[in-house]
Amino acid sequence: MQTAWWAVVFLLCAALPASAEDRVREGAYLTVLGDCAACHTPPGGAPFSGGRRIPTPFGTVIAPNLTPDRETGLGAWSEDEFARALRFGRRRDGGFLYPAHPYPYFARFTRAEAGAIHAYLATLAPVHQAARGADLSFPFDLRFLLRFWDALYATPAPPLPDPGHDALWNRGAFIVTGPGHCGACHTAKTWLGGDVAARAWQGGVVAGWVAPALDGDPRTGLGAWSAAEIAAFLATGAAHGQLASGPMAEMVTLSGARMTAADREAIARYLKSLPPPPPSPPPPQPPPAVMAAGAGLYRLRCAPCHGRDGEGTPGLFPRLAGSAVVIAARPDTVLRVIRDGARAAATDAAPTGAAMPGFAATLDRAAIAAIATYIRNSWGNAAPAVAASAVTP
Amino acid sequence: MTIRLKPVDAVIIGFGWSGALLAEALSGAGLSVLALERGQFRDTAEDFPPSRAPDELRYAVRHDLVVKPAENTITFRNRADQTALPVRAWGSFLPASGAGGGGVHWNGQTWRFRPSDFLLKSTIIERYGKNFLAPDLTIQDWGVTYAELEPYYDRFEYLCGISGKAGNLGGKIQPGGNPFEGARARDYPTPPLTMPYAPTLFAAAARACGYHPFPQPAANLSRAYTNPLGVTLGACSYCGFCERFGCGNYAKASPQTTVMPVLRRRPNFSLRTGCTVLTIAHDGKGGKARGVTYADESGQVFFQPAEIVVLSAYTFENIRLLLLSGIGTPYDPASGKGVVGRNYSYQTTSSVQLGFADTLLNPFIGAGALGMVVDDWNGEHYDHGPLGFIGGAYLAALATNGRPILNHPVPPGTPRWGAAWKRAVAKSYLRTTRLLASGSSLSHRGAYCDLDPGYRDRFGRPLLRLTFDFHPNDLKMSEFVTARLAEIARMMRPDWLVVAKRQAPYSIVPYQSTHNVGGAVIGGDPATSVVNPYLQSWEHDNLFIVGASAFPQNPSYNPTGTVAALALRAAEAITRRYLRAPGPLT
Repeated sequence: MQTAWWAVVFLLCAALPASAEDRVREGAYLTVLGDCAACHTPPGGAPFSGGRRIPTPFGTVIAPNLTPDRETGLGAWSEDEFARALRFGRRRDGGFLYPAHPYPYFARFTRAEAGAIHAYLATLAPVHQAARGADLSFPFDLRFLLRFWDALYATPAPPLPDPGHDALWNRGAFIVTGPGHCGACHTAKTWLGGDVAARAWQGGVVAGWVAPALDGDPRTGLGAWSAAEIAAFLATGAAHGQLASGPMAEMVTLSGARMTAADREAIARYLKSLPPPPPSPPPPQPPPAVMAAGAGLYRLRCAPCHGRDGEGTPGLFPRLAGSAVVIAARPDTVLRVIRDGARAAATDAAPTGAAMPGFAATLDRAAIAAIATYIRNSWGNAAPAVAASAVTP
Repeated sequence: MTIRLKPVDAVIIGFGWSGALLAEALSGAGLSVLALERGQFRDTAEDFPPSRAPDELRYAVRHDLVVKPAENTITFRNRADQTALPVRAWGSFLPASGAGGGGVHWNGQTWRFRPSDFLLKSTIIERYGKNFLAPDLTIQDWGVTYAELEPYYDRFEYLCGISGKAGNLGGKIQPGGNPFEGARARDYPTPPLTMPYAPTLFAAAARACGYHPFPQPAANLSRAYTNPLGVTLGACSYCGFCERFGCGNYAKASPQTTVMPVLRRRPNFSLRTGCTVLTIAHDGKGGKARGVTYADESGQVFFQPAEIVVLSAYTFENIRLLLLSGIGTPYDPASGKGVVGRNYSYQTTSSVQLGFADTLLNPFIGAGALGMVVDDWNGEHYDHGPLGFIGGAYLAALATNGRPILNHPVPPGTPRWGAAWKRAVAKSYLRTTRLLASGSSLSHRGAYCDLDPGYRDRFGRPLLRLTFDFHPNDLKMSEFVTARLAEIARMMRPDWLVVAKRQAPYSIVPYQSTHNVGGAVIGGDPATSVVNPYLQSWEHDNLFIVGASAFPQNPSYNPTGTVAALALRAAEAITRRYLRAPGPLT
């Protein structure tokens, strides 16, 4: 229903001269594509009223208030000022915004699209919410240094449309490399938080969650996924035996599920065009004693839901066999989920939202590491063993 | 000071299966719905993780999912000339508390009653004449037929993903199913569970006796299933911790695993836990119900106005709230007049335990409704004339409750303690099983509920008083079916066997069944019923009383399927008809 509404809105926006109302609708939809609510809407709070604390490797950044409150929000911002902040990461005074705001991706927005978002935000109820700014460690708290960061990482993306591809692919490329800012999580970062261009789409780790590769790797990426499965995953959070949890659950509920089906298809089309990376050598065999311990624990604690062979249950319990998250180079998600549990995304199309309990209270670090090593190296999976010392208590 | 809250379209008292089904239907129709639940909120992953749920001491022995007697209990006596005493530790039955209600800790046995069950009195009279009925039996027809309920049975089975095998598809008998069941429109949504060894032996023996064994319909799912609301359930792991436990695998149908994920997303629905409803407000007989007064956990009292009131607490609390609120005429056992508290009935159970010297039965492989059943001695399809009783039982071998604290069977003659006892337990545990006869219970003049004249709850309100003993008809029935059960047991060639008959007087101490029914029964005549065939109060047309309290007598089967079918039918009558033309539904 919602999707159909958006589709109508989008078609109208594309076809008609932008009346004020159309512009607002276009802006609203662009905030969905940009998943702006993920940072700027506090959980359970007023839309886009900000104040949410965003953890980064350098400290905490507070997402600012985007409602048209004159004192604490965007009420006093001109459209030009807003467009510059959105696309180029500049404050009203010309200073730099921290790139927790993904402006290197949002540079894909045209000036007109930025204006539409500004027009939409201006229709929101003003909320007085003053929290903003950042709490970063030295030297990352020195905003002027961002000048150099910009020069290093805010490089212009290749222009679109690419005439070598059809319109659907180009739409997907626009969303993925632009508003969707997929690379913000799914591309590895340098120590300064910039994209490692050479490892684009090979996966990353964000806030302790593995963002798996989006490239064509059949094991760690999307090589084994069909385009339809990718689109279904964005819409429901459940496909290919996997379930969205952590930040991706939020992305699905706030953005993916609310996009048009055509845009999800476009994203899938683009992602399926990403080539696999060069093959890497297989990881060393894990110690047999650890595997034996892990097998016993797995059978007792994990198999009742995930299945004896890690097969899972579609839409309910993630499949561990062949899971890119399970065999990712870094075991962060595996360890945190065993330790703390996780809840899958719940959407109108797939409302179950099943959850896994945490085992921190009942399993020690060695046991958690053994289970992690076991599931990373069973049923065809292969990934480096996990040491007990890698498990945060 | 009572705080008056903003009105809602519908308030629901009690959030078990009935409350959850009504909540889904009414909120789905766009009404603002508030459910009030006296117990705690419960969620699968938070409250029943597989790493913690199989805690037999906490759940099976200490009854963690059951209402604490200090918070609410009943008083009990066998006969009206005795003084009733309060139940201070639950025994014979376990009324639930908390979100999901009994739907959390049930076994999952999901039956349909048979066509003749709904027309019991007229069937008996037609077949055997008026004089066949003992004069103190108060059984009656339901005012609703199996055919009318069939679509709602079907809907509930597909909501839950029930595992089973149809025995009668559109009038055509299906091999492997129950040939005595009413016609169903389609088969169960998922196939039967895999049968362990003891039920397999039972089925072979029953077949040798000429009976028709079939798999028990189960809400413990044989495979993963996504219901029409889009909610996914998992496959049963046969862990054996069902009855008295929540399921950590999302594999047992409950409000949590079937409708709550959808309700959670609806802005027009809310569930308030820790809220005990004290009374239902109304304008007097013939007027409207106005809402409910309830207390939260701090003792603060609220008045919640509502256009529709759904009373869907447990049987006992349904009856008590009606009596406390002055709704309906209380039943008077002396005159037989009055309706509220009338026609309480129960379940007449008996069992046979049997052990083998060498055959391993592995009772740790279990589920709530995992087993084989024969229905040959149930209901009205055999001649009761020469037998002199009404009713019957289903006979079953269920691989359930094989947990080690409460289940340590030993052959007769074993010492009660010491080394010999331990040796016997170690040998017998894996080699013993139990067969069950789940028998009907007929309502009679001396079985009823009223308000206790002395004992009061923590809010100062009188406790409900239960007066009940087995009717001689039911004891005769039980004697007969237990003998048939023992015949099947002997056919299994055990090395030892103990027959546990059901005898009077009824004792409220040993666990028998949480199938307490009646007291606010359904019917076509306001003189003998509290609700009409749509569960609508005869006195207040915007009050619906949902649950097993509506059963005029108890057939042999477990009640949940019929509770749900009645609830779904009432919900549809409200959304399709009552909302358009508020008034008595006929």
